[in-house]
Amino acid sequence: MFESIIKGKVFKVGDDIDTDQIYPGRYLYLTLPDEIAAHAMEDIIPDFSKQIAEEDWIIVAGKNFGCGSSREHAPRAILCAGIKAIVAESFGRIFYRNAINVGLPVLKYPDIIKKVHQSDLIKINLQDGLITLYNPEKKRSIEKYPPQLLSILKSGGLISYLKKYGKYSHFTDEI
Amino acid sequence: MHPLYHILARAANRNRVKPGEFIVVKVDLAEINDLYLQVILSFREMGGDKVWDPRKVSFVMDHYAPAPTIKAAENQKKMREFAKEQGIKHFFDINRGVCHQVMPEEGLVWPGMILVATDSHTTTHGAFGAFSTGIGATDMAAVLLTGEIWLRVPEIIKINITGKTKKGIMAKDIILYIISQLGTDVALYKAIEYTGEVVSEISLDERLVICNMSVEMGAKATYIKPDKKVWNYLSQVKHQKVQKDMSIKQLGEKENEVYESVYNFDISKLEPQVALPHRVNNVVSISQAAGKPIHQALIGTCTGGRINDIKTAAEIIKGKKIPPQVRLLVIPASSQILKKCIDLGYIQILLDSGATLATPSCGPCLGAHEGVLAPGENCISTSSRNFPGRMGSTEAKIFLSSPATVAASALKGAITDPREFL
Repeated sequence: MFESIIKGKVFKVGDDIDTDQIYPGRYLYLTLPDEIAAHAMEDIIPDFSKQIAEEDWIIVAGKNFGCGSSREHAPRAILCAGIKAIVAESFGRIFYRNAINVGLPVLKYPDIIKKVHQSDLIKINLQDGLITLYNPEKKRSIEKYPPQLLSILKSGGLISYLKKYGKYSHFTDEI
Repeated sequence: MHPLYHILARAANRNRVKPGEFIVVKVDLAEINDLYLQVILSFREMGGDKVWDPRKVSFVMDHYAPAPTIKAAENQKKMREFAKEQGIKHFFDINRGVCHQVMPEEGLVWPGMILVATDSHTTTHGAFGAFSTGIGATDMAAVLLTGEIWLRVPEIIKINITGKTKKGIMAKDIILYIISQLGTDVALYKAIEYTGEVVSEISLDERLVICNMSVEMGAKATYIKPDKKVWNYLSQVKHQKVQKDMSIKQLGEKENEVYESVYNFDISKLEPQVALPHRVNNVVSISQAAGKPIHQALIGTCTGGRINDIKTAAEIIKGKKIPPQVRLLVIPASSQILKKCIDLGYIQILLDSGATLATPSCGPCLGAHEGVLAPGENCISTSSRNFPGRMGSTEAKIFLSSPATVAASALKGAITDPREFL
């Protein structure tokens, strides 16, 4: 179910985290959610799924998160592992699309990596375009989600969106 | 408007498009490779029964060709069954090669078209004047269902390449240098047009290398205005010259103010370039990398497995032996290239030197099979990515360079300036 307000603890990673690091190519033949989730971030954070097993987590990254290959396994692995959202300075564009398509909220926010610490609590309000940091407490506006993309997220991803609307109903008119 | 905007406007059934707008475009060709059974799974989950137009869909079995595991074999089997059931016109099995070479060879790429494929290196086809971009599996499932895709109209960066290329310098050196100067995210959400005398002078094969690796700067699409070299190629592969409803004039239109930014590169003094582990922009001139021992050398993939690449390697290696501590893998990008290279004697030369020939496919580039690396090994490669673990072990190191540098390094067993052999 779509939740406009997402709360979670910060899991920090750096710049240019590519899709091979998020989901190694040697597992691309897998298709089941649990199998895919088990290999999320495996090559850079071997015990990733263990580290995020308790509580809700939000990945906070530097620039160009998800650069590289077109593999949808990358956001699927992160989503299936239980991550609630990703906030990054920028995203690889195919990863960005793939994340929205599988129903994983991804948000761009400049310098976010410098503003938070590992395990800080943050809150995201997708509908209003707000992010709240709690260490120290600060509310900040983020770029408002384009309504077209929000419509896909609200449906829970592109599969449910197209099941519901049958076509790109929210994209044909100019905003 | 810029030619890319003409292409997008035509496909969106609009008069004009502006950067930043969301549009829905009709797709002229949708290509799926054998990594993504998820395309079919998502298509079924969406309630898909019949693909929108089986004449506009292509499957290419390239990443796992031939199948290295039972699971990969099962995935390919399901794709074959799906393609048969749907009457997919352009199905290419494991005997054909890498999608980005097979599609142009089969006459499936032409100026002015909208091409989407489940591979990030789909930016390659801007070299033919197509709007081509990589997408994920569920995006592709939606294309199969609706024949359409939403796009954000990209800003366009112009990269102008001028000067006189020195002997031994290839397109790969040029693009590695450009990536090192502009960074891995300069073109995120944007398109890149390449212009300048160097772009005009180099062969179509070489232009494909530049457009292919543009995704390593984040590019969504690329563009080179089609010229005589493109028209000649298209007439050889017998397909339509220009997208229906578009004119050659629209594809060549100049309108400088549309560019978000312009970068100029004079490559007259450029030396052979090497991308060091583990980032594509971690690039140095050959003198700073020379001497590093290598265990494997790879000539192949959608970036560096074309005739010009294999010819260059054969010319350097002719009559010499690869030392026993080096494995030289030669993986032509397609079966047509393999056959031509056999006819021209290049394969014989390379085999005589001690090279290993593998099935035309993506090879070990993404760590699937056909030569993955062990911990502690170094590989010099004509491929596009040197991320940690990309070609097998995360403790292996991948160096990216031109086919000339790969060939020279294979001969010496260490990274070597190819100009020693020219």
